Amino acid sequence: MTLLVTCKRFLHELNDYLDGLLEPKLKEELHKHVNECPNCWVICDTTQKTLTVYKGMEAQPVPADIQSRLMEAVRRKIADKCGRSSGTCKGEHAEPSGHEHEAK
Amino acid sequence: MAASYLPPEPVSSTTIASAFDEADLVAKAKAGDADAFTDLINQYERRVFRMAKQITQNDEDAEDVLQETFLKAYSHLDGFQGNSKFYTWLVRIAVNEALMKLRKRRSDKTVPLDEPIDTGEDVVAREVAVWEDNPEQRYSREEMADILNEAVQSLKPAYRTVFVLRDIEEMSIEETAEALGLSISAVKSRLLRARLQLREKLTRQFKRKGDDALGYL
Repeated sequence: MTLLVTCKRFLHELNDYLDGLLEPKLKEELHKHVNECPNCWVICDTTQKTLTVYKGMEAQPVPADIQSRLMEAVRRKIADKCGRSSGTCKGEHAEPSGHEHEAK
Repeated sequence: MAASYLPPEPVSSTTIASAFDEADLVAKAKAGDADAFTDLINQYERRVFRMAKQITQNDEDAEDVLQETFLKAYSHLDGFQGNSKFYTWLVRIAVNEALMKLRKRRSDKTVPLDEPIDTGEDVVAREVAVWEDNPEQRYSREEMADILNEAVQSLKPAYRTVFVLRDIEEMSIEETAEALGLSISAVKSRLLRARLQLREKLTRQFKRKGDDALGYL
């Protein structure tokens, strides 16, 4: 019974355990459990490996045609902004300031 | 029993290469330096595009999100106060664009991030089996990417979005919560489910062949 409760608790604390966010005492308690409980050891190990394989994914280059269209759109935007600020293209004279949250 | 399990090092937030001075580029871009803004695009376009693809699961939508993100960022650059990292601000724009795309594609028009989420009382792990050694060496990069993407695709949008920001883009819990407008506890709850669901799916793919569930013991 004690083991089951500890397994359940371990599962609930797994994120913080893996992310190193636990208080030392709780971390030690869970560390002891994971080294005594085969199921939790496997779950902990395979969850860590899951994170590792995803973190190992490199962001692939943006396809050339998509990047080309992006840069063209940005160029048009910049030209439009410069045009509306009398060609000076200074940030302080560009279009009315938005608030950070307005950009969402 | 297998070797003693050592707690991993804390997962850190993404660090920016020292040669890349984000604040300097942002300041120049705000002053009207188009080249500086282009440099910011070059720095972040891959990650924004990847994130957009992961969330929308659609190439056309991802391209739209990519464009809209940088166009809106440029339009609202003057309003960026530097209270957060530029990249975090960019992610917030991109996530909103991506979620709007998702909503448009859903016939019921519900908001993916507003879906009811489990309370955390039913977290279970059904698939308990050790993985084969170095599965990433058994598959080509493309095959591995397909396996990982397919697993992420199977998550509900509410879980997928949190996982993408936290564990693929390596944003902190706080940054993820800020970008999604969620509480810290909501991010943690969704992240736990996302991680466990992905672990189960990948275990089915990568578990050591010929072993029973705990055959390594």
